[in-house]
Formats: sequence, structure tokens, C-alpha cells
Amino acid sequence: MTDYELVIIGGGPAGLAAGISARKNGIERILILERDKELGGILNQCIHNGFGLHTFQEELTGPEYADRYIQEVRKLRIECRLNTMVLDISPERKVTAVNPSDGMFEIQAQAVILAMGCRERPRGALNIPGYRPAGIFSAGTAQRLVNIEGYMPGKEVVILGSGDIGLIMARRMTLEGASVKAVAELMPYSSGLKRNIVQCLDDYGIPLMLSHTVVRIWGKERLEGITLAEVDEKGRPIPGTEEEISCDTLLLSVGLIPENELSKDCGIVLDPSTKGPEVNESLETTSEGIFACGNVLHVHDLVDYVSEEAELAGKYAAQYIKESKASQPVECIKEGKNGQSAVYRKEDKSSRPAELIREIRLIPESGVSYTVPQKISPARMPEQVTVRFRVRSIFHRCSVGVYFGERCIVQKKRLIMAPGEMESIMLSREKLREFPEIKTITIRIEEQMEEA
Amino acid sequence: MELHKFICINCPLGCSLQVEVEGADIISISGNTCKRGEVYARNEVTNPVRVVTSTIKVIGGEQGVVSVKTKDPVPKDKIAACMEEIKKITVKAPVHIKDVAAKNIAGTKTEVVVTKEVREI
Repeated sequence: MTDYELVIIGGGPAGLAAGISARKNGIERILILERDKELGGILNQCIHNGFGLHTFQEELTGPEYADRYIQEVRKLRIECRLNTMVLDISPERKVTAVNPSDGMFEIQAQAVILAMGCRERPRGALNIPGYRPAGIFSAGTAQRLVNIEGYMPGKEVVILGSGDIGLIMARRMTLEGASVKAVAELMPYSSGLKRNIVQCLDDYGIPLMLSHTVVRIWGKERLEGITLAEVDEKGRPIPGTEEEISCDTLLLSVGLIPENELSKDCGIVLDPSTKGPEVNESLETTSEGIFACGNVLHVHDLVDYVSEEAELAGKYAAQYIKESKASQPVECIKEGKNGQSAVYRKEDKSSRPAELIREIRLIPESGVSYTVPQKISPARMPEQVTVRFRVRSIFHRCSVGVYFGERCIVQKKRLIMAPGEMESIMLSREKLREFPEIKTITIRIEEQMEEA
Repeated sequence: MELHKFICINCPLGCSLQVEVEGADIISISGNTCKRGEVYARNEVTNPVRVVTSTIKVIGGEQGVVSVKTKDPVPKDKIAACMEEIKKITVKAPVHIKDVAAKNIAGTKTEVVVTKEVREI
């Protein structure tokens, strides 16, 4: 069994940024394990531009954004194994993986960073009646086929779901000569970015049908068409609104789910709202020494935020590795009374002192669907912690309220908040220490009072 | 007088912008909540541009196609013409980021550049 200080599962934007950050924080023996034949993850198939505005102050395409990090990983000589599938992570951080050249192998890591990304919700999650003909793809699969493999999945396309990948694929398929007939969205609003609605649909005259869904799939061998219907406010199809559209391809862009099979098997506690691991201010999961960042933790809308989060995960993992080294059992020699010396082991400090264990829970309430992190240790936290969250529905003229126990600490006015845009607030250590008794911090969306 | 309508893309508010145009002059911009909306509306009327991204064929590479983009944004009404020319481009592996795959695409004076590394097999 080989030993590494840090093993990173996944070589996409999160894994790459985490590795670079850990190296810059003094960690020597780092290994990135990647399932695909190349680094970069899903960015490789996201050939459109608009990445990196926050990080590099320029608009890059996905592969270009990935390449900046890949070059840095090479420059820093961070070891990567490609074509490598991780099979298991034990709570003691033993990683079992397999690849064609090494076969199955085990690695003992002092710390692990989970950076496996997310997966698309498949057709099976939707319960659309009808046969299972060829021609139904998740939007990301179609994106890979067109942009990497060089195949067109079809000619006449309907897209269900207006997530960003669906919108991007509506434009991509159109540019490649397909006819995109409609993008149907179950909700009365799109979860995609405004920019994508305008530049991918409006620019090409593709209709966005809000409060609509696919109720029937036609065709046995190959998709021949779908039936679209309007839905009521509870998402139920309204009888009489059905409309048949002929198409040979249906793309599904109906949500992303963090890919946490490995985390679950390891016994890591997942947050039912994010479907990613529950983490503290150091992005450490409930399993000591195992950290998480990127889309495996919660689905992000901008890769820039993934890189930012992963950089923190790398830094905290590095800190953990250094601390656990410093507190490793040290053999000391104690002089006995009669000149005999005894060798004893200094107390193992891996169980952390009480003040480091005290944690404050963050509670998402009225309108807030989740927070990351889910808990904060006032003793361990840096000067400032960014708490990211999402809202459940669209709010106009509202405010974000942060409560320490019952006491309102922050109230931030907002013109609009939407589920598709990740939000954040900052918590300062100084403020938290003014309230040594609090056990919870609540974040809620409040209607803004009209000023008299 | 002509009336142009857009959705502003600067934030999730998505204001419905209306621009009144008389010949080459903008008479009024309305519907915006902030300054950024006004600037966006002005650009969309006077000179709407987009970066075009697509893929081109690669011969002898690790993958059959490689992603490309127009180095600068091109006028919106030139997108279709750019795509027609981009579809005809073929390159030989290896290719590198920033390699020029075509010059003056569809008469826009803009280059088409490669956006991904593809090694030779």
C-alpha cells in the first residue's frame, strides 16, 4: 500500500484547484485520481465561453479555463492518475481504486478531498409514460457526443427543462443544423441564467414554454414525437392543453445531483437538501480528514465559485495534515527515579479539545433551501466565513435576515432573488464571539416592510 | 420610429428593456432598473455582437473534433455565415490552444482559434 499526504478524488475544476492550493500550502505528496482519460472534467465538453470572469477577468471557454489549471498542476508536479476509478474510501482514509495499468490498488491518505462533481437527473426520475425509444438523452450526454465525440444526436429536437446545459445545447444543436422546436419548463420560471435565455434561445427564436411539461413519449424504436401540456400551479398537467410535437430527439435538462456513492459508502452524513456531504467551516465532512468541494458538495452555477471553494478545501486539508503531524504520538523518554528510563507515548491529541468541538448549526428557514457550510466552529473559523445558500423560489423586494438565536444580526435588502443564482453572506469571527452562548444561526428571506 | 425590445442579461431581475430608435439615433431607453441595463440596451441596438464557439474536425488526433472560438465577438447577423465556414475547417493533430484555424472568418476580420489541446495518436 502506498502512502500519500493528500488524495483528491476527481480531476475536474474542483480537484485541480484543490490540488494546486494544497501544494501552495506546503503539501508535498498529493495524488489526483481521475476517471476519464484526461483532466478537466466536464469543462472539456463546455466549449461555450463565459467562464472565468471572476477568476481571470476574461471570458474563457470551458476547455481553456480547465487548461489554466491543468498547466498549473503540471508546473507544480502534482501526481495524477488517469483512467482511474475509485471504488472505495474507508473512514480511516484508505482509498481503493482500479485502472488498466496498475490493476486494483490501495492508498493510505492522511487527508482526502472529495471532488467527484455531479450527475444529471435521468429520465427515470421523471416518470414520463411511453416506450423507451432511442433518441432520449440527458443534455450533458448530448453535449459530450457533439463537442467531444463529434456526433449529432438528431435533427428535430425538443428540450425538457431549462437548466443552463439545456439552454446551451439548444443553441449548440441549432448552430450544428438541427431544428430546436421548443424548450419546455415545468416551473413558471427558468432555473437557467438570464444571459443563456437571451443568447441561446432569444437569439435563435427558440420558444421557452414555461409551466409546460412532456406528458407522453411517442415512437418504439426511435423517438417520433412528444406530447406537451401546460401544468397548473401544482405542476399537474391541465387536460385539454395537450399539443403533439414531432421530433427525433428529446434532451433532458432537469437538474443535477451531487455524485456521492463513495461518500455514502464511507458513512459520511449527507444533507438531504444539497444531496452533498454536510460540512463545517473548513469544508470537512462528518468523517475526520475527509473534505469536500465543488459540485459534489452542492451544485454551483459558476465554475469560478467552484474554484474558489476548492482552493479553500485544499488549504484546510493542508492545515489538517500539518496539525495531525504535529500532534502525532511522539515517543518521549522519561527519567526514572533510580536512573531507569521508560519510553512512553505522549497523549494522542487526535480527539480535539472541547472548544474546538463546539459547533453552531446553520439553519435555512422560510425561503432558504440550504446553506453550505451547515455548521461552524467559532474556535476554528477564520476571520470570515462565506456561507453560500439558495432560495426556494423567486422573491422580489425582500431581505436576507441572519439571526443569532433570536437576535437579528444582519438584514440585507435585495431587489430580486432566484433559485438559479447562488447567494452568499459573510459571517465574521469577531461577531460570533460576541455571542458565546448561541447554538444556532438562522438565515431566512423576509418580505421587505414598506417604509412609512 | 422603431421600437426594439430585449431582456436585460446583467442580473436575475431580467428587466424588459425598450429602445426607441429613429434612423441611427436612439431616442429613448426605458424599462431598465439600473445603469447597466441602459448600457446593455444601447449596445444591443447599435452593435450586437457574440463570440461564436463550435468544433472542427481533427485528423489523427486523440479525439475526432476540437473546440474553437472566434477570437473576438462577431456581429450577431454574421453568426450563421461564420458557422458555414467553420464547418468546413479541418486541422491536423497535434493542435494547441490559440492555434489559428482560420483567418478573417466570414469577412469579419476575426480569427477562429483552437480552445483545447489535442495530441497526436
